[in-house]
Amino acid sequence: MTEPTIFEMSSPGRRGVKMPVSDVPEVALPKGFERQELNFPEISELEAVRHFTRLSQLNHAIDTGFYPLGSCTMKYNPKINEATSRISGFANTHPLQPEDTVQGNLYLMYELQKMLAEIGGFAGATLQPAAGAHGELVGALMIHAYHKDRGDHQRVRMLIPDSAHGTNPATSAMVGFEIVPLATDARGNVDLENLKSLVDDRLAGLMLTNPNTLGLFDENVEEVIKIVHDAGGLVYGDGANMNAILGVTQPGKIGFDILHYNLHKTFSTPHGGGGPGSGPVMVAERLLDFLPDPVVGIIEEGDDENPPLYGLVSPAKTIGRIKAFHGHFGIHVRAFTYISMLGAKGLRDAAEKAVLNANYMQEKLKGSYTLPYDRSCMHEFVLEGFWDDVPGIQALDIAKRLIDYGIHPPTNYFPLIVKEALMIEPTETENLETLDRFVEVMLKIAEEARTQPELLKNAPHHAPIKRADELKAAKELVLRCYPKY
Amino acid sequence: MKYPQELKYLSTDEWVKVEDGIATIGITDYAQDALSDVVYVEFEIDPDDEVSAGDSIGTIESVKAAAEVHFPVSGTVLEVNEEVVDTPEILNQEPYEGGWLVKVQVSDESELDALMDAAAYEAYCQDR
Amino acid sequence: MFTPHTQKDVEVMLTSLGIEKIEDLFSVIPEKFRYPALNLPEQLTEMEAAADLESIASANGSTKELLSFLGAGAYDHYIPAAVDNLLQRGEWYTAYTPYQPEVSQGTLQAIFEFQSLICQLTGMAVCNASHYDGATAAAEAAILADSHFRGKRKKFLVSRAVNPQYRAVMRTYFRPHDDIQILGDDQETGIDADMAKFIGLIDKDTALVLVQYPDFFGRVIDYKALIDAAHAHGALVAVATNPTALALLTPPGELGADIVIGEGQPLGMPLSYGGPYLGYFAVTEDLLRKISGRLVGQTTDMDGNLAYVLTLTAREQHIRRGKATSNICSNQGLMTLAATIYMTVLGKEGFKEVANLCYQKAHFAADQLNQVDGYQLAFADTPFFHEFVVKSERPVAEVLEWLREHDILGGYDLGQDYPELENHLMLAVTEKISREDIEFLTAVLEEEYHD
Repeated sequence: MTEPTIFEMSSPGRRGVKMPVSDVPEVALPKGFERQELNFPEISELEAVRHFTRLSQLNHAIDTGFYPLGSCTMKYNPKINEATSRISGFANTHPLQPEDTVQGNLYLMYELQKMLAEIGGFAGATLQPAAGAHGELVGALMIHAYHKDRGDHQRVRMLIPDSAHGTNPATSAMVGFEIVPLATDARGNVDLENLKSLVDDRLAGLMLTNPNTLGLFDENVEEVIKIVHDAGGLVYGDGANMNAILGVTQPGKIGFDILHYNLHKTFSTPHGGGGPGSGPVMVAERLLDFLPDPVVGIIEEGDDENPPLYGLVSPAKTIGRIKAFHGHFGIHVRAFTYISMLGAKGLRDAAEKAVLNANYMQEKLKGSYTLPYDRSCMHEFVLEGFWDDVPGIQALDIAKRLIDYGIHPPTNYFPLIVKEALMIEPTETENLETLDRFVEVMLKIAEEARTQPELLKNAPHHAPIKRADELKAAKELVLRCYPKY
Repeated sequence: MKYPQELKYLSTDEWVKVEDGIATIGITDYAQDALSDVVYVEFEIDPDDEVSAGDSIGTIESVKAAAEVHFPVSGTVLEVNEEVVDTPEILNQEPYEGGWLVKVQVSDESELDALMDAAAYEAYCQDR
Repeated sequence: MFTPHTQKDVEVMLTSLGIEKIEDLFSVIPEKFRYPALNLPEQLTEMEAAADLESIASANGSTKELLSFLGAGAYDHYIPAAVDNLLQRGEWYTAYTPYQPEVSQGTLQAIFEFQSLICQLTGMAVCNASHYDGATAAAEAAILADSHFRGKRKKFLVSRAVNPQYRAVMRTYFRPHDDIQILGDDQETGIDADMAKFIGLIDKDTALVLVQYPDFFGRVIDYKALIDAAHAHGALVAVATNPTALALLTPPGELGADIVIGEGQPLGMPLSYGGPYLGYFAVTEDLLRKISGRLVGQTTDMDGNLAYVLTLTAREQHIRRGKATSNICSNQGLMTLAATIYMTVLGKEGFKEVANLCYQKAHFAADQLNQVDGYQLAFADTPFFHEFVVKSERPVAEVLEWLREHDILGGYDLGQDYPELENHLMLAVTEKISREDIEFLTAVLEEEYHD
């Protein structure tokens, strides 16, 4: 395949969408600021539509096939979410409208704050963060502000398990914390002895993903949290894997002080080819005052006749504004729609089926692939993508070969503590036939690795492109198609 | 894999050679091999900077990895090898020659005593 | 809901696992925390949820029913039908980040085209795959500058005429770093168009100078002296821009900017009560390695065919972890696609037409308002794009209230953020506003004045 770029398709004088002629008297452009040229493409609307349609067809997507990408929760994105987020009363409201003209939006956000807090077992929430990593930043800023407020200026150390996602250390560094790596034990839990040896009065907190990136629920989570709390630290929960425990347990009740969700993972909002995400952050009572500015609150209680008046309020010790306006409101509408349709029962069902699906596949695959942490998993599991008897084959080859069977590769080379990791997350919305087919394909690939390894080494064979030359991309940097600038 | 006899080594895969109180520092053959094709080198220090052992020299990026390089000794930076910035592949081709990174006027030569010799480093690499 | 499991499927799966019930899979969770009773509304069917959401939305007044002159960072432009129609293809919005290039060429090429369009628009060499919004892009510009000078320069100068929300977000990002000073946006330094006081603050300790073009008040200001002064002191200059305005105005790249950022919402994104939008982020060739976030590059595959990949990924958090300059781990994927389609279907002429209509109508509106008793155009000697400020004899809150009674969202009350601009109202005019709308606005204001 080679689809030309929109610049290559351009033909001088060709027009797409036209604007009406002006109905007001013409005035000159500001002198000295006139732009000389704007080399935008000139193509017809039909050509543009075909171009972007053809490009879309080069993508693998949830709507086109199985997407068992670990830690990304590629579940079905219900179409109704797209419809509700486009209702004119939501889509055409300006973020700076007077509050009395956007009571619908404020009600929805207020309720979503409440629902998300309830699901996680927390006291309050902010919807402002634009993505999970942005939520982490909010959490780390609140931890910093909390200790500072108490005069605990020496609390500068953030514990981060070695299985953690890269955003955890990157976020801690942004906030100026000293990053202290924390070991994982042989069962995939936080190493308690290591933890005990690392806590003192310099401890700011622990960033803990639970279930962790191995797909395992920490067997000692209560004790882990107690150790951190006893040392005066706070526990931040990276909620990337919340899909496993929706309606099954509440991290806030277990003792987590802060937790972010990824609405685009757990609450079915689309991944959009890399975004927009949305990363609401929930907090325990003692951190409510530190939430970003503003949150949605009730300004005037309602009565039998009138609904309450909702408005934007500033928490007393707020860390400040973290994003323009109110967060990704269009994504909030989608998540609200999803939660409304699932309710408590549906959420629990989603988590249970997600975990059932993962355990089923783990069980079927563990004979043919090494399972480094062999115990019941949550919504995902991690296999080793290599065999000692087939030295030439790596996780990458297995991943690329899956493409030939119409399946998106699992997450590979993460978590870093597993050699040649393949991290597999089926989600709850996949049926038994799909799971069985995946298992069958994985077993077939394990066989091919021994009989026809070149099939794996050169895979994919049936994709829009063959393996791409990433070294060339990095050395010969071509980052835009138009030569000028 | 080469482990030149005359050099001293760190467990973080830097090498250092001291002549007349001046240390030349680079990354080892093992390190360049593990990184694979180096595409970018970024220095975090300039000549005349006072540095301590353990401070960051800069970062080396390959397609898939980024590695921070550290000073094995304390002293004053004399020279930074700008050639590796322009042609980072030198680091893969000749890590011990043209791929050197910085020269430092060493302030305390006793810091070198804690480093590995070639045999110890080779054994260390083979164990990994 | 949305789980396809039949009772029989579940039995098959449980049998293969050798367990009796699904609950057994959760025995690792301490029992006292297992299966809480959640206080959530009863579940709804799709039909009920659709009706519920319609009903919630009906409590809003939208720009479909209200005549809106609100801008201040988000603008009500016409969005060609092709944009949302294409965006709703599942191949686009249900795909993940393009980490597997073989099955993501669509997303990758679209981002590459986005990068190309933004480079062209801003006059810069390199553009990333986007940040969350204009405000966080501004904060990332400061992070870039901090890292560029390796933390050695401590002053970040930000003009008071930069969007107050951008300044607030930047301060939040740097809140824990006591040694970093964000300066230049106090009332004392002011908002004068000549910027003399502001330029006077630039020195050898200045890492970054951030201005907005057109500025928050819509003014088009000549930044040449400022950029020269900043560069003379070795500082970087970041310019926050409105993308529509750049169709007509000299791009900041030609003015000497080192970093150009902006809010991409005007490029085909609905207002949607503030998001999701996108923040674009472009830099000079010299700063290429310092840019955070995703970058798409062109290369070839094993057969020598053209291919696109995410490149220079070693800068990013998943590889550098604690050493990465930013923790960003996503881009506004679908929004960059919206912007790319928007700029493409309007094309060179259509995009300029939009900008020109905004410019012409805003100037007509400003002229008309200036003639209404009790209102006077502020900053009258400074050119502006599609947003302008009028001084009112009466408190702006009263004026806005009066306009509301006539279903008009009159604009933004600047007194909220600028004590020195009490009784100043800011209005934005886009191509969607007709001459009739403008005449209705002025008639209502006339009527109010003489009431």
